[in-house]
Amino acid sequence: MDATATAARPKPTASATLPAGDPKIVAKDVNVYYAEKHALKDVSLDIPERAVMAFIGPSGCGKSTFLRCINRMNDTIASCRVVGSIKIDEQDIYDPSLDVVQLRARVGMVFQKPNPFPKSIYENIAYGPRIHGLARSKAELDEIVEQALRKASLWNEVKDRLQDTGTGLSGGQQQRLCIARAIAVSPEVILMDEPCSALDPIATAKIEELIDELRQNFTIVIVTHSMQQAARVSQRTAFFHLGVIVETGPTERIFTSPNDKRTQDYITGRFG
Amino acid sequence: MAMTDHIVSSFDADLQTLGDKLAEMGGLCEKLVGESIEALLRRDIPLAKRVIEWDRSIDRLQHEIEENGILTIAKRAPVAIDLREVVAALRIANDLERIGDLAKNIAKRVVALEGQFQPPKLAGGVAHIADLTLAQLKEVLDAYTQRDERRAMEVWKRDGDIDALYNSLFRELLTYMMEDPRNIGFCAHLLFCAKNIERIGDHATNVAETVYYLVHGEAVTDERPKGDLASAAVSFD
Amino acid sequence: MTEMTAVSGLGHRVDADEARARVRKRYRAEARFKAYGIGAIAFAALFLVVLLADIVTKALPAFTTTHLVIEVPVTAESVDPDGSRQAASLARGDYLKPLREVYQGFFPEVSGRAPRRELNGLLSSGAADELRAEVMADPSLIGRTVKTRALVSDDADLYYKGVVTDVVEEQGEAVATPSATSGDVVVTTATPAFADDLAEIKSELSETARKRRFEVDRIRTLREGILSDKPSAELALREARGGGDATRITIAQNALAKIDSDSQSLQAQMETLAGEAADFEARFKDSGGAEKLDEKLPSRLLAINGGIVKITSLAADRVEGVTLTPLKSQDAAQPNAWKLLTYETPENSRRVNDQQIAWLETLKAKGVVETGLNWGFLTSGDSREAEQAGILGALVGSIFTMAVTLVICLPIGVGAAIYLEEFAPKNRWTDIIEININNLAAVPSIVYGLLGLAVFLNFFGMPRSSAVVGGFVLALLVLPTIIIASRAALKAVPPSIREAALGVGASHQQAVFHHTLPLAMPGIMTGTIIGMAHALGETAPLLLIGMVAFIVDVPTSFTSATTALPVQIYLWSDLPEVAFQAKTSAAILVLLFFLFVMNGLAIVLRKRFERRW
Repeated sequence: MDATATAARPKPTASATLPAGDPKIVAKDVNVYYAEKHALKDVSLDIPERAVMAFIGPSGCGKSTFLRCINRMNDTIASCRVVGSIKIDEQDIYDPSLDVVQLRARVGMVFQKPNPFPKSIYENIAYGPRIHGLARSKAELDEIVEQALRKASLWNEVKDRLQDTGTGLSGGQQQRLCIARAIAVSPEVILMDEPCSALDPIATAKIEELIDELRQNFTIVIVTHSMQQAARVSQRTAFFHLGVIVETGPTERIFTSPNDKRTQDYITGRFG
Repeated sequence: MAMTDHIVSSFDADLQTLGDKLAEMGGLCEKLVGESIEALLRRDIPLAKRVIEWDRSIDRLQHEIEENGILTIAKRAPVAIDLREVVAALRIANDLERIGDLAKNIAKRVVALEGQFQPPKLAGGVAHIADLTLAQLKEVLDAYTQRDERRAMEVWKRDGDIDALYNSLFRELLTYMMEDPRNIGFCAHLLFCAKNIERIGDHATNVAETVYYLVHGEAVTDERPKGDLASAAVSFD
Repeated sequence: MTEMTAVSGLGHRVDADEARARVRKRYRAEARFKAYGIGAIAFAALFLVVLLADIVTKALPAFTTTHLVIEVPVTAESVDPDGSRQAASLARGDYLKPLREVYQGFFPEVSGRAPRRELNGLLSSGAADELRAEVMADPSLIGRTVKTRALVSDDADLYYKGVVTDVVEEQGEAVATPSATSGDVVVTTATPAFADDLAEIKSELSETARKRRFEVDRIRTLREGILSDKPSAELALREARGGGDATRITIAQNALAKIDSDSQSLQAQMETLAGEAADFEARFKDSGGAEKLDEKLPSRLLAINGGIVKITSLAADRVEGVTLTPLKSQDAAQPNAWKLLTYETPENSRRVNDQQIAWLETLKAKGVVETGLNWGFLTSGDSREAEQAGILGALVGSIFTMAVTLVICLPIGVGAAIYLEEFAPKNRWTDIIEININNLAAVPSIVYGLLGLAVFLNFFGMPRSSAVVGGFVLALLVLPTIIIASRAALKAVPPSIREAALGVGASHQQAVFHHTLPLAMPGIMTGTIIGMAHALGETAPLLLIGMVAFIVDVPTSFTSATTALPVQIYLWSDLPEVAFQAKTSAAILVLLFFLFVMNGLAIVLRKRFERRW
């Protein structure tokens, strides 16, 4: 908080909806380099458990880069180098002895453009549990698939056509399918990289509703370009700019009276 | 207020319109309150009648500001400072409209007082509280224009003085009414006028709280100093 | 086209006429382009149609073959030397002899070794193979009379198909009376029935004479040309003599001598031809009288009273000749009961002489000749005898070779592509490898043959001419194509699929094999089709590893000596027998069919794997 208060300054109101407890993900002094380009500078952040955290910021500010650090998807980019520590449940995920594949089962990801596998809906959901050995029989697998689809609010729409190909669904349904696919492996964290940017408003609304339900069981981190979406959906928001975190805080405060002028300029559309 | 402009310049234009209208309304309010007091002290009936007319402009302005404000919210979905600007404008317009009404009521009483005897001593008390209140109004409107929350908080604190003045004026008027029953009519009107002036002061304090919220983003939580004992039980001994 | 006045960006008004003219020009350009495209396709299609039509028409004779249906008494002495009725004994039996006996029984008048040999020459050397197969399968046939099919020789087969010569048949118009039933015969007719033929022969003579005259003129011109060089040669000799250089003198003398001898031989040729021409012209001018027929003229035969007479001299109302097959009687033959057969190709230009033709016609009249589909082509291996040659050996060899090629190059090629594309680090070494793979795709195929020879045959000592070596060599040939196509297919899979798989917690390997690879399958299949089709038709490398040998047996394993379809085609096209020409074209058709089947299979597989993403 700013230190310009006078003696008689009134007390601030507290944000009511942030859950108490230790943060799920703790990042300290994370720096990311793409070859020579320094993309993220000294990013330190706490991500609370069972809540939605939003990353906002202009294009190229590093929010997607940081998101992809959390499930080590940046490993697939040859020129990318990550320095610093990111701990999930106090376990350093960049520890060389950690199995990346297991990490990615604990930390699921939903991408900007819906990318279901070109297989049947059932196969899309069943693939993850199958390769991780989460089901011992076909009945168990069926159960997992149904639960995932129910949690993603897609079951009623597709229960009669589980063998149809996943790419035949509408955009919003495909994205919910991708969310169901991510849920099916029982992750603890779900990362969402602009999940609604390719969808129409109704589909977007359904996904936001879904996120609201999901946050009771999962930790969710969402990168979004839409200020309104971040304001509606998240409990904590981090504002990224030029590779640094400018401000973090409860969403309500960020969007009614942010501390940093840069944050205010960005969210009110004064950037320039 | 060294704000950079919005990328969408029409957003700035919208906010500018709101501000301009509010400024106009504030100026009109000040004038109205001043003229109504003037009419009261000089028993100027035509002036009072003009004041009653002018209140209509204030009402009109309030409607316009409300409309613009709602439209801005619908179109721009403002956040942070912009949201507080719009909300503040709506609230202040509301308060100014109430102030206008109160001034109009004072002017109506002036018309009703026509031909009645007025003890000269009483005018002094009313003039005093009126001056203070007018000064509060001017000060708080300046504070709003400058977005100066310290000046606004000064106004907020001085509301207690106005309440104290009102209490003493109330007792004085009671004394006059007890002294001479022929004074009761006139003093009763004067009581209402004094109450209206005190209410104007309260609304000015509302505006001060809004300015504080606008600048800080949080509402004032301390208890407003309330000195108005007259609303409590009155002991007639 | 509506009237439009366009306004250009600078606000100038554009003339409506100009606009219209531009639109028309654009339409014309588009129509031209379409025409070019259609023209190109039509051009290619035309060539394709012409090529296919040519091959099919050339191959048609190979689709049918001729057999004689004969009843042969199977005796134990000839077919079962041991008397044991076991396979070993039956295999050593002589089946041809009883067959020949029945066959020769059709022509009891034939005697003497030479005529007998000519008669037997009409049967294939493998004529008794079917009989042997039947008896060995069912030894209970011994002692009975078995109806069997005897393959005729390739020349007889060609005769029956009309390839040897064109035959013109004329029904006899008058009553014809032969003078004898065998030996020299004179047949007279009541009316001049042969007048037309006589005139024809005479005009043929005139035609032949004209050709001779033409030849004479050509040779004269040639001779004059050579003689015109003589003065300069004499000059050269004088100069050489003047110079005193012995070599030059000899050279000049030889040149002069050559000119002299050349002109003399040409002179001789001229005189011979001129003589023949004069002779023909004389005969042509003599419109009456009889014409002697010789082997240089088309043969004429008379089929009368169940026998055939070869005409040696023809007059308007009588012919003289010698019987090729005996007549049954000397009775007069009624009109339309006898025929005159003309064989357009002269006897000295064909391999089947008139006597053999007579026998073949007699067999046909007896009704023992059966023409049917040539299944033997597809069921027998190669042979020196054209009528017995089949494609089975080469077909099986090609199948084995292709199988080896596929089994080697598909896993290695796709595996290499996956590794290079997905798993290998991107550094200088992988760049060098990629460049080299691209280069290898362009190396001439014969180099792979040399490689196969040096490495597989000489160094590793693998069996020469086997499907294994052929498969290895072709696999090396095809590998770069498959690697390049597979890499392109893998690159084309959108990365979002891989990211999605990784995001769900699949390892890199799982993501590649479960998701990227199935999506890349259509492209990989296409690359495989191209590669395998390429390999199927490659001849040069196979020649170098020894598959050019003459292999009779159908290969039984991957290591037995074999040949392949393209090599077989090459070998057959080299052979002189006429029957092999049709077989070559038929083999080409089999190769093309094989190719279509392979392509069709790959397309079916590709469609099955194709998924839209």
